[in-house]
Amino acid sequence: MAKNMPEIEEYKYGFHDRDVSVFRSGKGLTREVVEEISKMKEEPQWMLDYRLKALEHFYERPMPQWGGDLSELNFDEIVYYVKPSERQGRTWDEVPDEIKQTFDKLGIPEAEQKYLAGVSAQYESEVVYHSLKEDLEELGIVFKDTDTALKENEELFKEYFGKVIPATDNKFAALNSAVWSGGSFIYVPKGVQTSTPLQAYFRINSENMGQFERTLIIVDEGASVHYVEGCTAPVYTTNSLHSAVVEIFVKKDAYCRYTTIQNWANNVYNLVTKRATCDANATMEWIDGNIGSKLTMKYPAVLLKGEGARGMTLSIALAGKGQLQDAGAKMHHLAPNTSSSIVSKSISKHGGKVSYRGLVHFGRKATGARSNIECDTLIMDNESTSDTIPYNEINNDNISLEHEAKVSKVSEEQLFYLMSRGLSEEEATEMIVMGFIEPFTKELPMEYAVEMNRLIKFEMEGSIG
Amino acid sequence: MAGSTLEIKNLHVSIEDKEILKGVDLTIKGGEFHAVMGPNGTGKSTLASAIMGHPKYEITEGSVLLDGEDVLEMEVDERARAGLFLAMQYPSEISGVTTSDFLRSSMNARRGEGNEISLMNFIKEMDNVLDYLEIDKNMAQRYLNEGFSGGEKKRNEILQLMLLKPEIAILDEIDSGLDIDALKVVSKGINKLRDENFGCLIITHYQRLLNYITPDKVHVMMQGRVVKSGGPELAQRLESEGYEWIKEELGIEDETIEQNA
Repeated sequence: MAKNMPEIEEYKYGFHDRDVSVFRSGKGLTREVVEEISKMKEEPQWMLDYRLKALEHFYERPMPQWGGDLSELNFDEIVYYVKPSERQGRTWDEVPDEIKQTFDKLGIPEAEQKYLAGVSAQYESEVVYHSLKEDLEELGIVFKDTDTALKENEELFKEYFGKVIPATDNKFAALNSAVWSGGSFIYVPKGVQTSTPLQAYFRINSENMGQFERTLIIVDEGASVHYVEGCTAPVYTTNSLHSAVVEIFVKKDAYCRYTTIQNWANNVYNLVTKRATCDANATMEWIDGNIGSKLTMKYPAVLLKGEGARGMTLSIALAGKGQLQDAGAKMHHLAPNTSSSIVSKSISKHGGKVSYRGLVHFGRKATGARSNIECDTLIMDNESTSDTIPYNEINNDNISLEHEAKVSKVSEEQLFYLMSRGLSEEEATEMIVMGFIEPFTKELPMEYAVEMNRLIKFEMEGSIG
Repeated sequence: MAGSTLEIKNLHVSIEDKEILKGVDLTIKGGEFHAVMGPNGTGKSTLASAIMGHPKYEITEGSVLLDGEDVLEMEVDERARAGLFLAMQYPSEISGVTTSDFLRSSMNARRGEGNEISLMNFIKEMDNVLDYLEIDKNMAQRYLNEGFSGGEKKRNEILQLMLLKPEIAILDEIDSGLDIDALKVVSKGINKLRDENFGCLIITHYQRLLNYITPDKVHVMMQGRVVKSGGPELAQRLESEGYEWIKEELGIEDETIEQNA
């Protein structure tokens, strides 16, 4: 049987180009670094004040003692800001060739040629290429990198920035608030519906560089948007940190779906705070795929504040050797007749560990609220493990909560059945795994589904025996 | 040469150190339909699974050859690609994998790299067989065996059989749990394959199936061995008289493996 385990096989996107950055802050996090970042970006005073206050909180806040092991994460070894080139590429022609080549390897230009509405590809810390199709502009949709939005849409920005995830929320939200750079800013005006997803690619390309992007999405009343981001990162020997903050406001009757596929190299700490707030009858959907990284701690949350609001999290996590995926979801039912659904699919292999950690909260006003949680784990071998850690807080008698957890292995009978039709053990295993994550991949836009399947196939190589 | 030959010689098979088959001899040639009959617990299904290579079964003695090639040295998938097929009594459910995707992958595995079937031809071929077996076309888009009724699962096995076109097929209780209409359809499918290049080993508990598929040879299994062989008339006699007369004739008190171990 296939025993050629590609343990030390090079990470697929493990190429890295010559560093073309123009400015990088030194290693370590000081007040001066934060001041320098803000100055480089020519930010208003209030943002500098905000950053410095966040930095104070970051210093004061102890490291979290739950989830994964963060003891090897050394904040002094991280570069907090890298500006890849002096100015921002408005058109594709203006983007430096070297950066284009990196995008080429990631297949971004082709992706854009298709039905992308707008591509905002983040190379290192800042958005260098950002296009927005005219039809989106005509609809009045604002889709730009967060730095530019601060300059050009300051009033709107200030009204929402930090309002659903305050800098004091947790240590890593504080860190992001102090040193954030890049990310996407989206505003969809009242009643505007877009069927084509808005997309952005992210990539870490500099050793020891933290990526602290900040995304802010506002979907006004009755509007609808689907935002997609995919991430890949190259292999480095020392630890990288990715600590993003994503804030989303879904107004009355509005709809937002946020799709992420993250494929970090296995030395990246991926510590992300994502939270959305939903007004009456609004819908928020997190579609969240976590592959790779050394440690992921991520629990997309929805605050269901308005009557009839709906929240959904559909996630997959895959952990291989030396990896911990500590992921889950949070649903806060704060109004009557709110509903939520959490589907968590996880795969562990080669001694990897996956944990579902979730919170479902029913507040006193949540009469008639419902939540449905489903956790499925597929364990590929005897060294790999999984945990399910659900927290429920119920302050109202009139609610309904269902929780189903299932742990399975690829069964001998299934393999025998598929192999008896001529599929090799590897093909059969792959088919079973693909089937397991199908409820996730079928929710992805076509090219992401293809990429996702490719990544999983790649990850599953050598998982047999 | 017309068709393949599957030779089973002195086959001994154990599960967890308990011997189930105690020396089975059978030869199936292209063009021949063999029926293996016998009461429950006499080793019929073990024979089927062991030939296909189920990992639960350990071959302790004997040989299985396909056109002279040692089948026991092959992995399960290699056996399939060499031309063996097992229609299972309890096919597995594979969530998230559509029947049609699975069928196409299996056909391509059998055809080999560089010789894959085109999507158009695949759909045409599949649709033809679906029609022939009176299967609702929606089944192709349903997840493999998931939520299928017993009858649907059995029809799906025959669908696979007809698309994969093996040299030698083993049908393990393909008739169990089928109503008369389904039984007729399933039989129609199997009979359609009958030609000099196709050999078939039909394992069944009841003679009923053999009203629709006439075997060339009938074998009776007891205590993990083939104890009696004959023509179609043997099946008729079993239908009318049961198995008692064979037990008396051979001096067998308990035909199962359990008591004999």
